[in-house]
Amino acid sequence: MSDKEFNYYISGDTGKWEVVIGLEVHAQVSSNAKLFSSSATQFGADPNSQVSLIDAAMPGMLPVINKFCVEQAVRTGLGLKAKINLTSVFDRKNYFYADLPQGYQISQYKYPIVGEGEVVLDMPYGTKKIGIERLHLEQDAGKSLHDQDPTKTFIDLNRSGVALMEIVSKPDLRSPEEVAEYIKKLRSIMRYLGTCDGNMEEGSLRADVNVSVRKVGSKDFGTRCEIKNVNSIKFMQQAIQYEAKRQVELLEEGKKIDQETRLFDTKKNETRQMRSKEDAHDYRYFPDPDLPPLKFSQSFVDIIKQKLPELPDDKKERLMNNYKLSSYEAGVLISDKDTSDYFEDIAKTSDVKLAINWVIGDLFAALNKLGKSIKETPISSKNLAKLIDLIKNNTISGRIAKEVFELMLKDNRDPKVIVEEKGLVQESNVGELEKIIEKVLKDNADKVAEYKSGKDKLFGFFVGSVIKESKGKANPALVNDLLKKKLS
Amino acid sequence: MSDLTKLTLVESVKYIKEKKCSATELVNAYVKRIEKSDKLNCFNTKDLENAVNKAKKIDTNKKLDKTLVGAPIAVKDLFCTKGVKTTASSKILSNFTPTYESTVTEKLWNEDAILIGKLNSDEFAMGSSNETSSFGNVLNPYRLNNENLVPGGSSGGCASAVAADLTSATVGTDTGGSIRQPAAFTGIVGLKPTYGRCSRWGIVAFASSLDQAGPMTKDVKDAALILDVISGYDEKDSTSANKPKSSFLNSIKNNVKGLKVGVPKEYRVDDMPKEVDDLWQEGIKILKDNGAIIKDISLPHTKYALPAYYIIAPAEASSNLARYDGVRYGFRAEGKDLTEMYENTRSKGFGAEVKKRIMIGTYVLSSGYYDAYYLKAQKVRNLIKMDFDNAYKDVDVILTPTTPTAAFRFGEKTDDPIAMYLNDIFTVTANLAGLPAISLPIRCNKDGLPLALQLIGKSFDEQTLLNTAYSIEQQVNFKSQVKDWWM
Repeated sequence: MSDKEFNYYISGDTGKWEVVIGLEVHAQVSSNAKLFSSSATQFGADPNSQVSLIDAAMPGMLPVINKFCVEQAVRTGLGLKAKINLTSVFDRKNYFYADLPQGYQISQYKYPIVGEGEVVLDMPYGTKKIGIERLHLEQDAGKSLHDQDPTKTFIDLNRSGVALMEIVSKPDLRSPEEVAEYIKKLRSIMRYLGTCDGNMEEGSLRADVNVSVRKVGSKDFGTRCEIKNVNSIKFMQQAIQYEAKRQVELLEEGKKIDQETRLFDTKKNETRQMRSKEDAHDYRYFPDPDLPPLKFSQSFVDIIKQKLPELPDDKKERLMNNYKLSSYEAGVLISDKDTSDYFEDIAKTSDVKLAINWVIGDLFAALNKLGKSIKETPISSKNLAKLIDLIKNNTISGRIAKEVFELMLKDNRDPKVIVEEKGLVQESNVGELEKIIEKVLKDNADKVAEYKSGKDKLFGFFVGSVIKESKGKANPALVNDLLKKKLS
Repeated sequence: MSDLTKLTLVESVKYIKEKKCSATELVNAYVKRIEKSDKLNCFNTKDLENAVNKAKKIDTNKKLDKTLVGAPIAVKDLFCTKGVKTTASSKILSNFTPTYESTVTEKLWNEDAILIGKLNSDEFAMGSSNETSSFGNVLNPYRLNNENLVPGGSSGGCASAVAADLTSATVGTDTGGSIRQPAAFTGIVGLKPTYGRCSRWGIVAFASSLDQAGPMTKDVKDAALILDVISGYDEKDSTSANKPKSSFLNSIKNNVKGLKVGVPKEYRVDDMPKEVDDLWQEGIKILKDNGAIIKDISLPHTKYALPAYYIIAPAEASSNLARYDGVRYGFRAEGKDLTEMYENTRSKGFGAEVKKRIMIGTYVLSSGYYDAYYLKAQKVRNLIKMDFDNAYKDVDVILTPTTPTAAFRFGEKTDDPIAMYLNDIFTVTANLAGLPAISLPIRCNKDGLPLALQLIGKSFDEQTLLNTAYSIEQQVNFKSQVKDWWM
């Protein structure tokens, strides 16, 4: 059972070290308009084509909160089983940068819109609760393009003012695997809610990763380093592995960890210093005087709550109860809403056991090979259900089913049509099967003699040979019965 | 009327509606005067040709029914005007022409008022004498023994332009007294409305929680008329108030019988000139004689108002002015990298007073000092609001002087920032508490310089303020003493 116990420790000369990780996830709110302006937010638009006077911080322009983004933040908060704050405050985070037109980012500092919540992870060693510290709304900055001109930097303000939710975890994560599961779970919750599309390649989801180490058994936290703006799960894991190792080495040499901001270099696979604590910005946070405190009523929250879809954890429990699935099977299905929907389409009409095996077995393997998501699957749930029905009612054998499945991958044709066209219907005619059996026994007279003298194991050989002789079409159960009779 | 520029705004509009003169005649009269008044340096930008064309167009209208039809109006150069340069009297915006119109000025033009230019002010409205403008001093039309005087600030260009009959009326902005103090120095009426009464959208921001646009006019009725036009809820400004309103002008009445007027003892500051104290007593007597009830009141935290103001306003300004970085618009001074470009642009683009306030604001917000300065100032601000809340349980309106002195000479206070900031001592409290306040000229002193009283009203009760001011105005019958010495 060693693989079912938590075992991510770093062994040093002085003993075992534990890695402590907290994440600040920046999730782009799924919204057609920005947080404080009505500009569009489409990914991949021409540079500076989605910029309003407000986003460009023209003189005299004022922000007006986008109510839809507030609703999305509340929905997400409810999905994280978190406290929703009926009053929150927007603050200005002041710093100069060329792609920050206002010279400050509007964010929430002391009074965020969402307070403490939790995310439950399914790890091989059991479930683990990760605390959520807070969720707040803030504006994204624009983008500096340094590679368009040898001497100039170009600025694209399309992202300037786009709504982000910053979701801050407690320092409850202990391994790169837990971080991966946490991000996946968070993304899954937001996708179920429709509050963030979670597309990391498009920058919709990225994280600042706080890493520290401490001796196993120690209650105190070590000094942490923050790795800024990591935009894939793989990079997060690599960055944590590198950074934890770096910190352990320093500590074992008797050196101190400096609290600092670091960058992850994805090419060299290492973290390096971006800003020391002395160079840390003084953001001079203060309440934005252009925006009164954000206030809404409990009934506003209640209405949103009533309209929440079924969330991953609830769905998992329901799948386990309704379909008698294992925790693992249900866990795999709910990781993506489209997968569980696909499964349920089949399980509603067809055999559940076959459905789960085919979906998380053959279908997943095929999709993986094709590099496609469940949304892009070449086989519709309706046709996979038909295939499962053909197996269940003995029209085809499991082996033939795999052949049919391969054909379906090409053109999503109705499996019934394929089976008929190729003459793959299972042979269940006793007379026909007996003919084949007789031939097989005749061809293997020596083995028959061995069997009769007590070598029982050969029975399987006879079954296999008969099925092979039938080109796979023989009904295996029937072959079994008939052979037993013949050989007795 | 021989000189149309002597008409009040209400009279001008009446003239046009009754076809006693055309819009073109009215605009031309102002154009003629403006062209002879460069010495006063009221204008950052003149828009005379467009104004004449607009007037001609109005004259072809069959209907002359708009509230401000044909009235030539210059506005403070803090209001963004579409296609007309808007500089905030700063070098850093000296080449900036907005593609959009501020809500307040849009409302003026929607009522067929005609833009004739943009008026000088202190740079980014930071100053009390108009001496911080990047485009030179504005002269007060009133002089002391042929010596030039400041018009007050920050809306100095506005104040002098109204007093010198270069605009029929104007709108200024008031963050700590910037409408009322220059109005007092030039013998005109200046009204700062309740915070949220007028939209701030499209006004170059100084201190967002204090800034408010308001009328500067020849008399109280003109102020009521302008306020009627420029006030109202704006969904583009989250701090604007959604309040029902009727016409201030139509509701105005000359009656203070039974009105409870508070006189705060804390406004009797040390070494206040006797002439100011006498003026205050005259105001009290006028109101009393007309049936008002005078009550001594206390606003105990008044003495902390000025320090709190000079923390909060620079704090907000330091952040509001961060956008002037040379990256997207405005003045830019190149540098070898981004940081140097910022430093060059902002060092050369901003004047000394603005830089001083950005530094003060940056300091009071910085970590380790925030609680001691900014947070404490916000607490003081709340106490000042509570002072007024308590006072208004007993009184309807509060009477004080507008300024501790009459207009002063150029350079007299530029070396002594504290003395300069003391100009705002009676006016900042209304901004900190978000209350409406009006400055009203009462009479000239022995040197021929205007002196003014201030009325501070309850939140969103501009009507009482206007009624009281109108009643006093009817009694004192202030007449402009401006001689056209510069022409």
